Amino acid sequence: MGRVVAKPEVCIGCRLCEIWCSVAHSRSRNIIKTFLYEEKKPFPRVTVEEKLPLTFAIQCRHCAEPDCVAACIGGALFKDPASGRVVHDREKCVGCYSCVLTCPYGSIVVDPKRREVFKCDLCAGLDELYCVSHCPNEALVYVPEE
Amino acid sequence: MRAYDYVIVGNSAGAAGCIEGLRCVDKSGSIAVIAEENRHIYSRALVPYYLDGKIAGEKMYYRPADFYKRAAVDLLEDKAVKLDTALKRVELADGRLVGYGKLLLATGGRPIFPPIPGLDKKNVFSFHSLDDALGIEETLPAAKNAVILGGGVIGLMAAEVLHRKGLQVHVLELADRLLAPVIDETASALVEKTFQEAGVEINTRNTIEKIHGADRVENITLRDGRTIPCDILIVGVGVTPRVELAEGTDIKINRGIVVNRNMQTSAPDVYACGDCASTYNFVTGETHPLPLWPNAYRGGRIAAFNMAGLEREYTWGTSMNAMHFFDLNLINAGLNITGSGGGDWEIIAAVDEQQKTYRKFVLNRDGRIKGFVLAGQIARAGIFLNLMRREIDVRGFRQELLSTSFGYSNLPDDMRWQLLENEVILGVV
Repeated sequence: MGRVVAKPEVCIGCRLCEIWCSVAHSRSRNIIKTFLYEEKKPFPRVTVEEKLPLTFAIQCRHCAEPDCVAACIGGALFKDPASGRVVHDREKCVGCYSCVLTCPYGSIVVDPKRREVFKCDLCAGLDELYCVSHCPNEALVYVPEE
Repeated sequence: MRAYDYVIVGNSAGAAGCIEGLRCVDKSGSIAVIAEENRHIYSRALVPYYLDGKIAGEKMYYRPADFYKRAAVDLLEDKAVKLDTALKRVELADGRLVGYGKLLLATGGRPIFPPIPGLDKKNVFSFHSLDDALGIEETLPAAKNAVILGGGVIGLMAAEVLHRKGLQVHVLELADRLLAPVIDETASALVEKTFQEAGVEINTRNTIEKIHGADRVENITLRDGRTIPCDILIVGVGVTPRVELAEGTDIKINRGIVVNRNMQTSAPDVYACGDCASTYNFVTGETHPLPLWPNAYRGGRIAAFNMAGLEREYTWGTSMNAMHFFDLNLINAGLNITGSGGGDWEIIAAVDEQQKTYRKFVLNRDGRIKGFVLAGQIARAGIFLNLMRREIDVRGFRQELLSTSFGYSNLPDDMRWQLLENEVILGVV
């Protein structure tokens, strides 16, 4: 398992990766239904950083030695040894935000209203990486593990 | 005598970090865990969430039920009572001897009970173990008034939970403000305001003068002379390292069991981590107890690599907390510098008391972040911890630290791309 890597020089800051990440993690996986009708709008797990003219997207790096896993008080974050993914089990998460404190990339996304966190799951269970396949300028690519 | 390649005393974050670290690099070495609590590995940090009803009992477990089996760990459910570092063996309470190739002491901490007569009564609890949680749960239905001794992280978490349970809660804090060792005056004031708005009585510069009642606490006379009713008393004034196994051996103790950056004690083949240890703090350069979950897990994992013969250092531990009280989120790390700074410290801070947001960064003379506090807006806090760990000179963008949308884009190009070297692809155009 690898991760998604940004090419900042060709990122145009359109934030479609954020939009499609939300769609990927919605109930309907339909862009219209997601944003118009779904009660619980899914949070994008990718963040577009912007200080114009610079823009680039960043999401969980699926670290080899993840700080978030070490910090998780509930055993809700773990590194899946088979896939290499850093996995967040929402059922076990209590929303203590220790992962927010320790993630060096700021890639644990917070929903303060519901005291929930979200992170990139590399579109687990889906047949494509939505942020990669919908990036209009190919500024996001999937890099398999070396 | 049964001997193992690796023996771990303790069964919490440090033990899990060690087991998982060992199994990354040594699939076949024999591992035993000596656990004095007769329970599957659970998370003490979840005690408040359990009592709050946020999680069911089985979710207290920190790892799945088949954790030991999958890691091929022998679980010895007994108390370790004696350590012989010359013969390399641990004696258990039932007389069994357990030999070790490498030993990890991950014995944790013990809740501190101040020398106040009456703290042995039935409705007095610490806020530390699953037994505490179950005892509190049992006492709650008949309780109306709670007294919390200690206005630190643990005491305040207990106060919030008991308030939610419908009890009238009094917090007693000896210092003149809450969380004084952890955050500065401004952040303390936000926390105090949050509790007062919720209806929790905060009593600073106050403590227990006398406990009244036969086998149960009934009333408490405070230092300020008032006497208040009490149906449940929670003692949350901190933990002290459990070092008793190391006492009387050649292992050096300084408050905690002293370890070097490899998590190794002064005795050969003996390692320590977590709340029982005195470990390296990268911000101060000193070695002292850092009784925090991430440090325990990571310390155990680093110890494991060294125990298995791979040299690794743990140089990223420091004081750090993610806290939340009612609707107020707080994150801090590193030095807690109070007042307006001066001397060696430059303070970059902004507070909004209405919105209950606060950001404060403590910079040393070389522009390195040595501590920070975020209240209200805590998103992406880990970036600041990373800037601290990497000793980044932030003077070029110091005011931008106060922006709630701060990110790597705020850093100068060369600095940003150096930090994200392996995380982005450059040079495509």
